[in-house]
Amino acid sequence: MVPQSWYLLLSAALFTLGVAGFAARRNSLVMFMSVELMLNAANVAFVACARAHEPVRGTVYALFVIAIAASEVAVGLALVLALFRLKRTVNADEIRELRA
Amino acid sequence: MTDPLWISLVKAVAVFAFTLTLVPLLVLAERRISAWMQYRVGPNRVGPFGSMQPLADLVKMLFKEELRPAGVPAFLFGAAPAIAAICSLFMMAVVPLGGTLLFGGHSTRMVVADVDVGVLAVLATSSLGVYGITLGGWASNSKYSLLGGLRSSAQMISYELTMGLSLLSVLVLVRRGDAGLFGSLSLSDIVASQASSGIWNVVKCPLGFLLFTTAAFAETNRLPFDLPEAEPELVGGYHTEYSAMKFGLFFLGEYAAMVAGSAVVVCLFLGGWHLPFVTGAEAVGVPGALLQVGVFVAKLLVFLFFFIHVRWTLPRFRYDQLMDLGWKVMLPLALVNLLVTGGLVAAGVF
Amino acid sequence: MDERTGFLLFSAIALVGALNVVLRRNPVHAVLWLVGSFLGVAGIFLTLGSGLLAAIQVMVYAGAIMVLFLFVILLLNLETPRFEGISLARGASLFASAATGLLLLWPFVSDRSLQAPATPAVNLPVTAANVGMTLFQRFAVPFEIVSLVLLVAMVGAIHVARRPRRDEPA
Repeated sequence: MVPQSWYLLLSAALFTLGVAGFAARRNSLVMFMSVELMLNAANVAFVACARAHEPVRGTVYALFVIAIAASEVAVGLALVLALFRLKRTVNADEIRELRA
Repeated sequence: MTDPLWISLVKAVAVFAFTLTLVPLLVLAERRISAWMQYRVGPNRVGPFGSMQPLADLVKMLFKEELRPAGVPAFLFGAAPAIAAICSLFMMAVVPLGGTLLFGGHSTRMVVADVDVGVLAVLATSSLGVYGITLGGWASNSKYSLLGGLRSSAQMISYELTMGLSLLSVLVLVRRGDAGLFGSLSLSDIVASQASSGIWNVVKCPLGFLLFTTAAFAETNRLPFDLPEAEPELVGGYHTEYSAMKFGLFFLGEYAAMVAGSAVVVCLFLGGWHLPFVTGAEAVGVPGALLQVGVFVAKLLVFLFFFIHVRWTLPRFRYDQLMDLGWKVMLPLALVNLLVTGGLVAAGVF
Repeated sequence: MDERTGFLLFSAIALVGALNVVLRRNPVHAVLWLVGSFLGVAGIFLTLGSGLLAAIQVMVYAGAIMVLFLFVILLLNLETPRFEGISLARGASLFASAATGLLLLWPFVSDRSLQAPATPAVNLPVTAANVGMTLFQRFAVPFEIVSLVLLVAMVGAIHVARRPRRDEPA
């Protein structure tokens, strides 16, 4: 048997890697991927915590997270495509139209 | 019910060997049938009636020189055909070839991995197969290959939706009264539910069958949906730069996907290993098991013949027609089909 | 395979994949490592006894979302960017993420109750039927809201990505 804290540690590690990727990378596509990592980390935590009480509920929560992730990716990739048409770049630092 | 290790191994090897044997036979059958349909002779030089032709082709592929274009990432270039082949072969693992086999005090289900999410496993592996083709196109470092890979990924994403939705209508058909079967996603249970109701799913929801089959054609990149490898437009598509056995693996993957796709259709819509009007026992001895597998293989071969026949009958769609068909015709139809089937089930017709 | 071996194997896959997503410069390689990481997480779901979620994870994340990423990257045909060097902002952001990690880790180290192996609840096993019942009965309203979110996202994505017609301003 594996202690519950192991799963939560894994979740924390994945989340931290996601934060690091989002903060340090400037390629907007890779930044989106890092967000996906964070959402996955949340899913691991949901399912691990729900196992001792109500496993089905954890799965349902994770399903909601996956659905939200899918819609986020759809809109995000559409934005990246539109921005690339306009600026010929996906580098987040070079897109500074809204900066005062 | 878990099997001892040796039974699992025997089953895995048997299904693997079965699929790998069927692929060269299928290639030969395809060439002979196409020749017959077009008033040609077809390959008839090697062995009696050309029966050794696949073997000769294999030897040729093994001994050909392997070419790799300049500026190609070696690992991904090699991994792409392997992914394509593995994903198609893996799909056969969840397909039940028969019921439960009883022999010498053992009882085992005639399926390699009787996972309770079998249907989802089929969808998941078929969607992973896209990577083989897309990566093959990207790693080739050639614009024709890249276009072929892009087309295939767009096509497979589009048709997966129809596939999943028409599959849902089959799941809805598993009746609440069937104890232990209700809500199950295992292919064995779907076959068992068809046997217990006595009517195949193809009769209950013909539109779902049509949509699923069409989507299966698109997922396996067969005509009329073989846009990714459209010869006149894109030279060879995603496998333009591939030669020798790496090309052979793509080839193997395509035909194994055909076999697996047909096997899934047989399980979902054509009653699996059951004969119509004959309700055999679920658990059988060795002779009964051979009969069940025989029935399954017979259905499989008929469906594969249909696959080949369609390929040599229909012309290829244009790319925009393909996308229009997928998104504007098949997807709405699949939704309507699900609604109608669900309504009929709720009204107690089935 | 017992749970311990499964956990160690799959978490190693997930973590190595995630690490490479952050470190690879070529976005196509990053996508492939992320797919590997997702497969590892799917394995973690398997060891947690949720085969259904594992299959959905592979199908939706690895099979659909990441293919979409790959599709966009190939469509844009980006060249591999050069290494941009370490700036002060980047160092600060890495420090911030490390701090986040430590902050997240703290409760698990301090809370003794989490050290014990969790005994899986047996009242309601994770099957498709049970998940469906819970989803459509207890969570019917959130389910409808999520489906609405998906619809809105779809309409929005189509509108944003659509190539502007010639006669209207870009």
